[in-house]
Amino acid sequence: MSAALVRAEGLRKWFPVRRGLGDALRRRPPLFLKAVDGVSFEVKEREVFCLVGESGCGKTTTGRLLLRLEEPTSGAVLFEGKNIFELEGEELKEFRRKAQIVFQDPYESLNPTMKVVDIVTEPLAIHGLLNGRDDKLEAAAKALEEVALTPPENFLYRYPHELSGGQRQRVAIARAMILKPKFIVADEPVSMLDVSIRAGILKLMLDLRERYGVAYLFITHDLALAKHIGDRIAVMYLGKIVEVGGVEQVIDNPLHPYTKALVAAIPSPDPREKIGAIPVIGEIPSPVNAPLGCRFHPRCPYATEECRRREPELVEVEKGHYVACHLYSH
Amino acid sequence: MLHVRNLKMYYEVGSSYVRAIDGVSFSLGKAETLGIVGESGCGKSSLAATLLKLLPSNARILDGEIIFNGIDLVKLPEERMRKEIRWKNISIIFQGSMSALNPVMKVGDQIAEAILAHEDGVTKREALERATEILGLVGLDKSVAKRYPFELSGGQRQRAMIAMALVLRPKIVVADEPTTALDVIVQAQVLKLLESLREKLGLSLILISHDISVVSEISDRVAVMYAGKIVELGPAESVLLKPAHPYTRLLIEAVPSVKGARKTLKHIPGQPPDLSNPPPGCRFHPRCPYATDECRSREPELVEVEKGHYVACHLAGGAG
Repeated sequence: MSAALVRAEGLRKWFPVRRGLGDALRRRPPLFLKAVDGVSFEVKEREVFCLVGESGCGKTTTGRLLLRLEEPTSGAVLFEGKNIFELEGEELKEFRRKAQIVFQDPYESLNPTMKVVDIVTEPLAIHGLLNGRDDKLEAAAKALEEVALTPPENFLYRYPHELSGGQRQRVAIARAMILKPKFIVADEPVSMLDVSIRAGILKLMLDLRERYGVAYLFITHDLALAKHIGDRIAVMYLGKIVEVGGVEQVIDNPLHPYTKALVAAIPSPDPREKIGAIPVIGEIPSPVNAPLGCRFHPRCPYATEECRRREPELVEVEKGHYVACHLYSH
Repeated sequence: MLHVRNLKMYYEVGSSYVRAIDGVSFSLGKAETLGIVGESGCGKSSLAATLLKLLPSNARILDGEIIFNGIDLVKLPEERMRKEIRWKNISIIFQGSMSALNPVMKVGDQIAEAILAHEDGVTKREALERATEILGLVGLDKSVAKRYPFELSGGQRQRAMIAMALVLRPKIVVADEPTTALDVIVQAQVLKLLESLREKLGLSLILISHDISVVSEISDRVAVMYAGKIVELGPAESVLLKPAHPYTRLLIEAVPSVKGARKTLKHIPGQPPDLSNPPPGCRFHPRCPYATDECRSREPELVEVEKGHYVACHLAGGAG
């Protein structure tokens, strides 16, 4: 088994909720939106680790914490053994070279006033790794070839608006790859793209892993997608990981009642297969006032007294397959 | 119920046309769900807007007819369309429930307003009562009537949109990406709701989606659109299990399924054509692995390959 590249330890990110003067005068206690509330996991070298969950579950904030794009309320992220929140100077710069991001929306993540050649080489420029114009052109051409935007001459001097969504996302991946990172956070990288071009982008990302040994934190709401491209998967609910394991372990044999409901709710392209009963009550509550005990208990058909009182920890149910649910802790 | 024949709707842009709907024909039976699937820019949302004639000023319906109850809606004056057809007989559920609902009006008042605008001799109180009743029908608590859209969750807002579409008891509901903005569990609940309402009220439903799995879930028949045309149309099982058009086949292969073994997903090379200047012959030929000279020069017609299953491909029936 390969070594841990990134390790999240007890990560918390609480955002203060804005209060009015009235709240302060009445001495109401401050409120927090607990976007990420005690999350631990590790991404191994060369691994595709999928983080799935519904909107507002905290998966994007977790991804941003792993890159130190947010400072945590508490907890640590170890990258190659060092806590990234304590890095300074040269060490921090080195981390920034080794860890990159690909955003969801290639229509917004690329500067519309910059040409492709400048967009993909910007990380080199920022890190002072460019020596003149020829060097830049060569580096840009090579980066575009890596993402199959060929011949590069056809793309170098174009602006983002002249490219299709799939081509833009390839440019974003070229930019992320140009510093030869070891770790990429990919936040819903294909959800804005049409189905017919998604698979091409995913295949490219997996090829880059083969070629350069990059590891991904792949954030997605789509469990079916995670099953086909991921190695391991973590399911988040209201700021917590409720289940983690191999993709086939978790998706083919979900243990947590929430994961079960998620899997059951996915429609199938086969018209003979219909969505059955979905064992879940109501909708996700606000992460500002997360329920006590197990956060899923108000929606869970199996909730007991214990679930209402005590928060479950992740326990290993089969090798490498962990679930945070009292139903499995006895 | 509804017959659409050779419908053409182009957008006028400068001196050229974007051929958003380019010769589309289909029919919709009573209490039937027709799913229309296609990728962005294929013309599926334009088709929804055309059926209700809710079009921007640069849209031109150049040809074809939309026959509803023996009336051609294409020729029907706007005044009669508004009074007799829209909402009363054919209604629409839009995709963004947050932007489609009025943010400064209580949900119940909005639904009541729709009743008051379309029916004579109804008092405000009666309208509000009916609004509250219809909210119950879509599985919402009556108290929702007194709330503003921002106080509701995404799923509740989408249910309120469905309630509004149903309140005048239309015969046909066009649902344009009704679950796209929703999380998967809420999506499943909304699909089940649409299915049960169709049964309970005997509605005919046109479900438009980019997601083949959503369409597969509740459609009786499925139409696949590509570049402004229907390329395949037939019973859901037939089209989705025995796709005859290469585009349908490749589209299905590109969709990851949560069941079954892991597989390598396939993509379709290239991209959909620019509809202001579509390719000659079959519009899919530049991306089709089986394209022949005939495909490049002559446009295929929809032909019946099996009972009720139509395909527009030169290779269908023979090599396909």
